[in-house]
Amino acid sequence: MTSAGLDVGSRTIGLVLFDHGVRDSLVTDTGVKPLKRCQRLLKSRSYHRLVVTGYGRHLIAPSLGGEVISEISAYAAGARYLFPDVGTVIDIGGQDSKVIRLSDQGAIIKFEMNDRCAAGTGRFLEVMAHTLEVGLSEFAELALSASQSVHINSLCTVFAESEVVSLIARGEEASAIALALHQAVAKRVTGMVRRVGLKERVVFAGGVAHNRCFHKLLSDVLGARITVPSEPQIVGALGAALMAGEGK
Amino acid sequence: MTNDYRPMWTGLGLNLEAHDALLKVLGEAYQGTFLSQKNHPEGMSYFDFVMSEVHGLRIKELQDVRSEGRKVVGTFCVFVPDELILATDAISVGLCAGAEFGFDEAERFLPRNTCSLIKSFFGFKLNRVCPYIEATDLLVGETTCDGKKKAYEIFKAIQPNLYVMEVPQMKTAQDRALLKSEYLRFKEELERLTGVVITAERLKRGIQLVNSRRKALSRLAVLRAADPAPISGLDALLINQVAFYDDPVRFTDAVNKICDELEGRVGAGEGVVPQGAPRILLSGCPMAVPNWKLPAIIENAGGVIVGEESCVGERGIRNLVDDNGGDVDTLMEAIVGRYFKIDCAIFTPNPERLDHVMDMVARYHADGVIHYALQFCSPYMVESYRVEQELSSRGIPALRIETDYSQEDAGQLRTRVEAFLEMIRK
Repeated sequence: MTSAGLDVGSRTIGLVLFDHGVRDSLVTDTGVKPLKRCQRLLKSRSYHRLVVTGYGRHLIAPSLGGEVISEISAYAAGARYLFPDVGTVIDIGGQDSKVIRLSDQGAIIKFEMNDRCAAGTGRFLEVMAHTLEVGLSEFAELALSASQSVHINSLCTVFAESEVVSLIARGEEASAIALALHQAVAKRVTGMVRRVGLKERVVFAGGVAHNRCFHKLLSDVLGARITVPSEPQIVGALGAALMAGEGK
Repeated sequence: MTNDYRPMWTGLGLNLEAHDALLKVLGEAYQGTFLSQKNHPEGMSYFDFVMSEVHGLRIKELQDVRSEGRKVVGTFCVFVPDELILATDAISVGLCAGAEFGFDEAERFLPRNTCSLIKSFFGFKLNRVCPYIEATDLLVGETTCDGKKKAYEIFKAIQPNLYVMEVPQMKTAQDRALLKSEYLRFKEELERLTGVVITAERLKRGIQLVNSRRKALSRLAVLRAADPAPISGLDALLINQVAFYDDPVRFTDAVNKICDELEGRVGAGEGVVPQGAPRILLSGCPMAVPNWKLPAIIENAGGVIVGEESCVGERGIRNLVDDNGGDVDTLMEAIVGRYFKIDCAIFTPNPERLDHVMDMVARYHADGVIHYALQFCSPYMVESYRVEQELSSRGIPALRIETDYSQEDAGQLRTRVEAFLEMIRK
């Protein structure tokens, strides 16, 4: 029997259809009418049960006859399915970042999540890439190419943006600024990892997991090998589909 | 209905336009949060009524009492002994405010990174929307946290009838002596204000009134130990909030009545949630009306709050005052003895609070603890670390939340709370 998992995030929607393995998956932009988009995605697909996770779960689930699960449980379940020995899940999405510690049995022991603002999230990196006039993947490569870094004081998206503008005006290298911005976010996330306690294997999911520089910084700072799933953006939807399959 | 009170509000100097806006917000929040609950006990109708008249009938009562020459004393903290206030036939009202209202005005006087509770009472005053502040003859502040004690210096200029009481920060013999001398000074202040001399007989009556109220609230607290819980955490919190405004005799009677009803529910094994719903102990900062954000998120997500380890909750009602003394000094000693045990996070060290959290987890059969601190409330924010450590060492799930009165983090809080409940359910 096919189960469906939807992860309605602030920036992207992930969909997974699961039946003894992933049968179908996709990632698309959330847009301004996520409900319409989700309805269209599911219309042509048949499934037995649906579980919705992500920021938009309470908006979407009632209209589509689905149940809801928090992103934290969904990412934990998805990561555990892909890597049964996972100990820590780091998920950096568009609007929030979370770190989840799992027991050997796969139960959530502890989690941390950023509070209200976009500091330490994908959205922060997106705004900063825009300020440096580069695309997202270019932004990571730019940071990786840096021979040195500068100091960024603010992690607030608004303040950091003006700080970047003044660094540019001071004649700092764009690569150094790009690296500093990545380091600032990495510092924030590794702080969260320390609060929940690092346990290997560390699985890094969410849109920001595509960022190679970030991947490198996390593994350097944490001193741990970081595993990035081949499709890091569908881990939440996969977890939701697994829960739908379990009848949870 | 509302119109009946407009002349009274105008007389108190309220800004009617802003006040209407506040009542609208309050009414909608109340409607959405409380009246939509399932299995709302019948006995809640009294508290629903009090809330619907919180700026109306109750204020009229205060004004009527004042016209008879009795006084109204406003307080901001459970360290201010109601026993003394009631002993002078004055009325005591708790004034903490729980809404993000007038913060832009408040921030003209206070740093932005001041806790919501302080900004809120400033905002209410500056916007002239709180009939309670305007109906007080004496307002009592206290030196609990730095934010409050410095804010009172500024507040005094806009509210001249403010009196500030010193509260100690440690629990040595000198601190106890300080608290006693402060209570004696407060007693003199009340006697001066009311023209009433506090005799042993009067003090005893004040003690008994407050003891009865605390006993009734403790009775309510104990009933929540049942699984399924017979009353929602929101309703129980509301009752604890109303305790600060209402006439103590009438209130105590209403609490005992709802307890009778809830005893019936417990006996029949009925509850507000299905048996086995995650049971949460809420621990930390006080929640003043209408600060219902976090409890509403917890209960909407399927949890049930079974206790409040907070000033608006068990910290405010724990321990009775011994009323056996025959003279004023013995009774004053008994009052000091009771209040000196309060385990507020302003004390250092404060091991009693950790014990109380663990004790409440056990007594109310809580599955997990959500620690709630207002942003910029250093005492509770810092202490949350030790609370969490102690809970983790015993394998009790804990979630630390820092928030304020705004709604902007409601989505993120909801995700965290839902994940916490999912973690407990597993």
